[in-house]
Amino acid sequence: MRKTFRLMSVVISTLTLFGTISVVTVNAGDDSAIKEGKKIALDRKKGNCLACHMIVGEEQPGNIGPPLIAMKSRYADKDALKAQISDPRTKNPNSSMPPFGTHGILSDEELDKITEYIHSL
Amino acid sequence: MKKLLSSIALLAIAMNPFISTQASTPAEDTEALRAYFQKTLGAKLDLNELVNGTYALNEDARSQWEEIEEFPPYEIDIDKGEEIYTKAFKNGKSFASCFGDDVSSIRGKYPYHDEEKDTVVTLEGDINKCLTDNGEKPFKWKRGKIAEVSAYIAYQGRGGKIDVQPKTEKALAWYNKGKNFFYAKRGQLNFSCADCHVYNANRKVRVEPLSPALGHPSHFPVYRSKWGGLGTLHRRYGGCNKNIRAKPFKAQSDQYRALEYFQAVMSNGMELNGPGARK
Ligand code: HEC
Ligand code: HEC
Repeated sequence: MRKTFRLMSVVISTLTLFGTISVVTVNAGDDSAIKEGKKIALDRKKGNCLACHMIVGEEQPGNIGPPLIAMKSRYADKDALKAQISDPRTKNPNSSMPPFGTHGILSDEELDKITEYIHSL
Repeated sequence: MKKLLSSIALLAIAMNPFISTQASTPAEDTEALRAYFQKTLGAKLDLNELVNGTYALNEDARSQWEEIEEFPPYEIDIDKGEEIYTKAFKNGKSFASCFGDDVSSIRGKYPYHDEEKDTVVTLEGDINKCLTDNGEKPFKWKRGKIAEVSAYIAYQGRGGKIDVQPKTEKALAWYNKGKNFFYAKRGQLNFSCADCHVYNANRKVRVEPLSPALGHPSHFPVYRSKWGGLGTLHRRYGGCNKNIRAKPFKAQSDQYRALEYFQAVMSNGMELNGPGARK
């Protein structure tokens, strides 16, 4: 079992490497990025984050994941937040959250914008 | 890269609490799954009630559903099914020539493993086999006449108990194929059946409460308001696969028959209460 875990962490860190190399195209705290990020996050065909997460002020959230509140206190670092959205399996290999980046559900630019929005919550 | 991906998939399976590297028996799997639901659903876990899916757990939805059941939307389909069932084929025989005279004893026999042909036989499979054996054209698999005949047989078989026991090596292989399908992540959204119907059962995707997997096959075919009609279990499987952006398999494919077999074993001892009504 130990061996499995070691192999897994190698695989995962390889993935993370691929997953996080990205060109930063969005400026920090950019209001329009937050606005666009919100649209992508709420769009049922894009992020659809409300399917699983409560977001303050938004209607009909699911409750599969934790509420997305006070994000700055948990993610001082935006890159870590983006990595979580891009591929939650890094932290939890059996996660029920879709790997939005790795599986190409969202583009890198969309991920950047969503990250701005979520970080603002 | 392909190799890397498949080893990730294997690792994900190895990480799964219900898929151990050591083979477990169907009885052990059933016990583990029920123990898990006992822990997560607690007092709400009543196997006699869970055949009603999410309505067993959710008061509001339940009262709406009870109203629907007062004038069951599938009643007319049962009647149509009976008509098809009893009508003579061109050769003068009818479905009774394949299924026997006691309609109430049919539903409980399915699905089963045919040792000689090494395959899992479903009720819908045998309905169409009866047609082709008698020189008739088979029905389409997911809705319409096949679901009507299935609904009639399910209705007549109400009150029976699910009892599906894989006993031979070959039967166990089908069981395991279904089990692996159930726990494997798939589709662009990367969900397993278990993600929704085990780990997050009784939680909500948006406003939609998720039913626990126990009792899934008990009440099919189902009248779904969303479909505006009846559909078979495999039609539902296809819908759940599409929702996660996975390519659905064909109704009655090996994959879905194995899945039905596995789900039936997990639901052993639960009451047959088809046809059902769902949102
Ligand atoms: C189908 C369910 C599902 C969807 C859709 C989903 N998540 Fe999650 N999310 C989870 C779960 C479950 C967790 C808990 C951690 C885990 O198991 O990976 C989580 C954890 C998180 C976390 C970490 C929270 C923390 O406290 O550390 C963040 C951030 C997050 N999700 C953001 C998002 C964003 C942004 C979206 C949409 C683009 C999204 N999620 C869509 C299920 C989901
Ligand atoms: C992303 C979530 C999700 C995934 C993954 C998923 N389902 Fe579902 N499933 C649902 C929802 C939502 C419903 C409707 C509410 C309910 O009855 O659970 C449903 C309903 C069902 C039903 C009907 C339940 C009833 O009481 O009539 C069956 C059977 C079923 N799913 C089987 C499966 C199987 C097998 C898989 C994997 C191949 C699967 N589902 C994957 C969300 C999902």
